[in-house]
Amino acid sequence: MYAYDEIDRTLVNERVSEFRDQVKRRLSGELTEDEFKILRLQNGVYLQLHAYMFRVAIPYGTLATNQLRALAHVARKYDRGYGHFTTRQNIQFNWIKLAELPDALADLADVGIHAMQTSGNNMRNVTSDQWAGVAPGEIEDPRIWSELIRQHTTLHPEFSFLPRKFKIAITASDHDRAAIKIHDIGLKLIRNEKGETGFEVLVGGGLGRTPFIGKTIKHFVHGRDILSYIEAILRVYNQYGRRDNIYKARIKILVHELGIEKFSREVEEEWQHIRNSSLQIDDEVIEDIRSRFTYPAYEKLPHMPDELRQAAADPDFEAWRKNSVAPHKVQGYSIVTISLKPIGGPPGDATAEQMDALADLADRYSFGEIRVGHEQNLALPHVAKRDLPALWKALDKLGLATPNVNLITDIIACPGLDYCSLANARSIPIAQELTRRFANHELANLIGRLHINISGCINACGHHHVGHIGILGVEKNGEEVYQITIGGRADENAALGTLIGPGVKFDEVADVIEDVVEAYLALRERPEELFMDTVKRLGVEPFKERVYATR
Amino acid sequence: MTSPLEQKKIKIAGPSVVTANRTWDGIVVYRTAAKGWSADLSEAAIVRNSDEAKALLAESVADDVGAIGPYIAPVQIGADGKIVPGNLREQIRRTGVTIGQPAQV
Repeated sequence: MYAYDEIDRTLVNERVSEFRDQVKRRLSGELTEDEFKILRLQNGVYLQLHAYMFRVAIPYGTLATNQLRALAHVARKYDRGYGHFTTRQNIQFNWIKLAELPDALADLADVGIHAMQTSGNNMRNVTSDQWAGVAPGEIEDPRIWSELIRQHTTLHPEFSFLPRKFKIAITASDHDRAAIKIHDIGLKLIRNEKGETGFEVLVGGGLGRTPFIGKTIKHFVHGRDILSYIEAILRVYNQYGRRDNIYKARIKILVHELGIEKFSREVEEEWQHIRNSSLQIDDEVIEDIRSRFTYPAYEKLPHMPDELRQAAADPDFEAWRKNSVAPHKVQGYSIVTISLKPIGGPPGDATAEQMDALADLADRYSFGEIRVGHEQNLALPHVAKRDLPALWKALDKLGLATPNVNLITDIIACPGLDYCSLANARSIPIAQELTRRFANHELANLIGRLHINISGCINACGHHHVGHIGILGVEKNGEEVYQITIGGRADENAALGTLIGPGVKFDEVADVIEDVVEAYLALRERPEELFMDTVKRLGVEPFKERVYATR
Repeated sequence: MTSPLEQKKIKIAGPSVVTANRTWDGIVVYRTAAKGWSADLSEAAIVRNSDEAKALLAESVADDVGAIGPYIAPVQIGADGKIVPGNLREQIRRTGVTIGQPAQV
């Protein structure tokens, strides 16, 4: 966990007072909606279909149990008893009243949570690997650097009025769980041949109506120079980024139009002006941040405790363990992913009761810490293996032990037309129907790792471009129509999916996905060949044929 | 179901209403003939041509404290005079999400 200092606490509290005054002036008519809109967006407040939507930041996906309880409290007191975890380590409340928002923000500020950098054309919440600090083999905890960037960019005037929103993600592992290649800047923590810590820097990734995979702009930037290098990128973007056309304003368009070579030359030139300035980070600064992250006092525990050995006889426990439990860097401990994808349920939603109960479980079994991943699941990062059977039973009672992590029913979906004012089509009902179709765990297991991502419009909040199977809802002649892509992925080998053919109607989507999956099962060379491998080997044609031959 | 927030021109093909979200709590409301707002679609003022729509929208936009983001939305009027939303988006705004909310399941 990270302990905020007095400066952070003051900043967050002052922001609440400021917003309380702004809301008061808005409700009295002193501020018009045009004047107020940018102020509410700077505090994570959108207007959606049914009501205001309130988006709260969970920086680098780390929550303490008192913070999760505060989110449950907000859900219960100010909303309709649940929250929605997003694809960027935020949580959204869908029914919040503007008049009550300052109180909700104040309640969150009491536990160090805020909504800064969750909307608007600024530097957004810096995201990271939800397994940061506990993943075996990582270079070091990427949250240290995430926090450094968070501190530097929060309310930074140069980053507060960018041409468009700007997103940074950081990973420190070879296997990318933070989707860094689809971010405006992606940072991969590495060590050079001298053993120095630094970053491979990628730029220009992003989804939306014009998707691009990020490109490496520099293979190694020393850690002490990372702020100046990021700032150089931002300066070039601020200078050349288009402000005349919202659809061409993201940095990915600039990188694409200039070309990565020219863009990197511009950045390099800018960087040389500021590299040896006050932006160079002293070791003491990093050490100070490092010292504010506290880690559990792990016990020395056996690799295979008796409790785990005995529980292995229970097939239900084993089904859950196989998909939800991952190795930890400390012997005797595990990382437990908690599926927020119940069969038939909306992906990423959690009730206030579930959040409270999960906080209790985290206190009991995970040193009071919870993580949030971009796949819209949660994780307990420090669970002793001996406690896994008891934790599983407790999660099962809460409806949080669906054994489907990384399987076909572990679907990413945006809120879609059920909630979102930008959406053209519904996402959640599609996800719900698909989870019912593939509810049989043996079938899901037989299929193996397969990610379905669903977006209800071209803005791609559901990351459909990088789903192994992507589903994009559009509108055609007043009807919801869904385009299907296959072959996308969001990991270290990130790729954009390929459209397999004409869009299909709402009622046909689940049938089409079943056809794609049946084709895969028939085409794979062996059970271990994953869906993505089959697509890579054969291309989209066999799938296209299967889907459209009879339609 | 192109977002009405992106509407550039006012062009209506049938009976329409002006809808928005109430400023203090955000709920869906409809402009009434009495120059107020109501959460009940049956109380909405109906417009049938572009000029009427423009006038109702202008009046709605001017009431910035009452509601935000006003726009023109199609409706259908049944033989019994009942007003129902004219598309799925407006149906969802009127009756709520098409899925069970987790806290109610």
